Amino acid sequence: MTRSIDRAFAAGVAGLAMLVPLTLMAITVLVLIDSWPALTTFGLSYFTTTEWDPVKLIFGAAAYVYGTLVTTIVAVLLATPIAVGAAIYLTEFAPRAVRAPVAFTIELLAYIPSIVYGLWAIFVMVPVMRAVVEPDLQATLGRLPVIGKLFSGTPIGLDLLSGGVVLAIMILPILMAVSREVLLAVPPTQREAMIGLGATRWEAVSRAVLPYARPGIIGGAVLGIARAFGETMAVTMVVGNSSRDISGSLFVPGYTMASAIANQFVEADSELYFSAIVEIALVLLLVGIIVNAVARVLIRRSIADRPAGAVV
Amino acid sequence: MKKPLIASILAFATLVAACGGSAPAATGTPGTTASAASADPCGVPVKGKCPTEAQNVTGAGATLPGPLYTKWIDQYNQLTGVQINYQAVGSGGGIKSFTDKTVDFGASDVPLTDAQFDAIPGGLYMVPMALGSVVPTYNVPNVTATIKFSPEALAGIYLEQIKKWNDPKIAAENPGVTLPDLAITTVHRSDGSGTTGVFTDYLSKISPEWKTKVGSATSVNWPGGVGGSGNAGVAGAVKNQPGTIGYVELIYAIQNKLGYGVVKNSGGKYVDASLDSTTKAADGFVSPDFGNLKGQAAKISITNATGADAWPISTFTFLLLPKDFSDKSKGLAILRFAWYGTHEGQAFAKDLGYGPLPSAVQKAAEDALRSITSGGVKLLKVNS
Repeated sequence: MTRSIDRAFAAGVAGLAMLVPLTLMAITVLVLIDSWPALTTFGLSYFTTTEWDPVKLIFGAAAYVYGTLVTTIVAVLLATPIAVGAAIYLTEFAPRAVRAPVAFTIELLAYIPSIVYGLWAIFVMVPVMRAVVEPDLQATLGRLPVIGKLFSGTPIGLDLLSGGVVLAIMILPILMAVSREVLLAVPPTQREAMIGLGATRWEAVSRAVLPYARPGIIGGAVLGIARAFGETMAVTMVVGNSSRDISGSLFVPGYTMASAIANQFVEADSELYFSAIVEIALVLLLVGIIVNAVARVLIRRSIADRPAGAVV
Repeated sequence: MKKPLIASILAFATLVAACGGSAPAATGTPGTTASAASADPCGVPVKGKCPTEAQNVTGAGATLPGPLYTKWIDQYNQLTGVQINYQAVGSGGGIKSFTDKTVDFGASDVPLTDAQFDAIPGGLYMVPMALGSVVPTYNVPNVTATIKFSPEALAGIYLEQIKKWNDPKIAAENPGVTLPDLAITTVHRSDGSGTTGVFTDYLSKISPEWKTKVGSATSVNWPGGVGGSGNAGVAGAVKNQPGTIGYVELIYAIQNKLGYGVVKNSGGKYVDASLDSTTKAADGFVSPDFGNLKGQAAKISITNATGADAWPISTFTFLLLPKDFSDKSKGLAILRFAWYGTHEGQAFAKDLGYGPLPSAVQKAAEDALRSITSGGVKLLKVNS
């Protein structure tokens, strides 16, 4: 009797568990079917051209891919040092009483709905970017050769840089949480050995702790990238939503893949237009799966041999 | 003995009261209602409940008439008890939902393309409900006068050929106004929208270059500028950023007290955007057969209208109704509602920022509503 209950129970939960991968498969197949007309019509030129013309039904998503890459890179470059610095402070230096509240506050950022970030960004951040940050950047870094090009054009606040900054704030919590986790997983013997050899705290952290945690931190950054890739609402509100060309400047309005879907799918009234938008979703889906898989491998590698004594 | 007596007295009193009342309805006594029976409760004008109309119908479409439809729906509900659920998802979404039959009626500010007509097997009527218009709004510091835009200037700005506010093409039309040497940033709707449809339809009519390079649709390949989501996104970008120009619906500009420019109409006259000049854009409009618009899209466009006082960027907003309703009771409710909107409902239009239909167009809308059938039988009965 009990045996049959067990068997039924096992079969039940196995079924429930199967639902998740089945859903993912169903979504992938559906997206593939819906994007088929665009896939076959445009082929590779979909990824290499920037002309997105719903009137003439010519679709090239290169500008969207570019916008997504640029905002994501800006976000990760800004957020990683802050997140790692905060994580080092919390695990190595902060008094015990401070650790939990600070960590909790940073992780709270993850629970703020993205529309709230968007509203804050459009009313508070964008005016500051336009009036202060961007003119200042232009006056300083903008004068340098080569990288000065990044800061050319009229500062308008609704551009790739603003999109990247909002994303940086949004991916901070996950970067912070993962970094803190992997730093805590570094065996205490690592630091003790360094300090025992007469190393300073700086030397202990930079030579013993960080190298040990590096794959995990990179994994966290990759998870941040995955989040930044798919983030829609807040970016859409500040990125400028305009995709004419790839100019190399951060001060031009851009467009990300996710915002292109959000903005356009409702009014996509012809089959080819709709299918071109679904193809963006297909790209996002595949990139998301790949990026998450990479991140998982990296994080696992760094936490795998966590010693029993390490407390989270 | 006493009880029956009291009962019969009460019964008698009730009867007297019923007959003495002036209202002929609802006594249940045969004969008393005969004099008023000629008015069919399901006919129009809508006077009250109709027992055979559906109690719940859904529609989806254009955002532009959203506030007006909401008002009509509320009024119609008070009259008849019918619940109409209208989702303002945008014109393209409305056309799509209507084609997929996920809603009972659709709504759009823009005509359907031929391919879209072909996708609706039974055919449809596009019935005009009211007029809306689109205005240019801008942010030019230290300029208090209203800026005048010639059609060429407006097209040049959105084609990114006119790049500064003090460009001679703008300055020539604004003598006495000191325009700054400031870069122009154009703002457009990033979401697909009937507002964009109307604006680009206008630009296509006044600029051959726009027509070939960009064209008109609810989303187009903009030559440049910044995209904002919804009227609010466009207005927000314009408000925050000196040097910008955007386009929003007149009703939105009025509600949010945004300043807007004047545009020269096809008669060469600078006209203020107002509800009157919007309605004037439909003066002299020759109503086509609203049930046979395939390949005739241009016939329902009233941008760049010829009237001397017409606002040039105006549009009708339409309900999309099937030529033959599969569900008779829903069809009846929707037609009665549409009749209410095109008649009594017009009284609310001005207060809410819409131009009322001119009487000739109202008549044409009536004809369209009266020709709609269910199972081949005409649905609407007009009480005299």
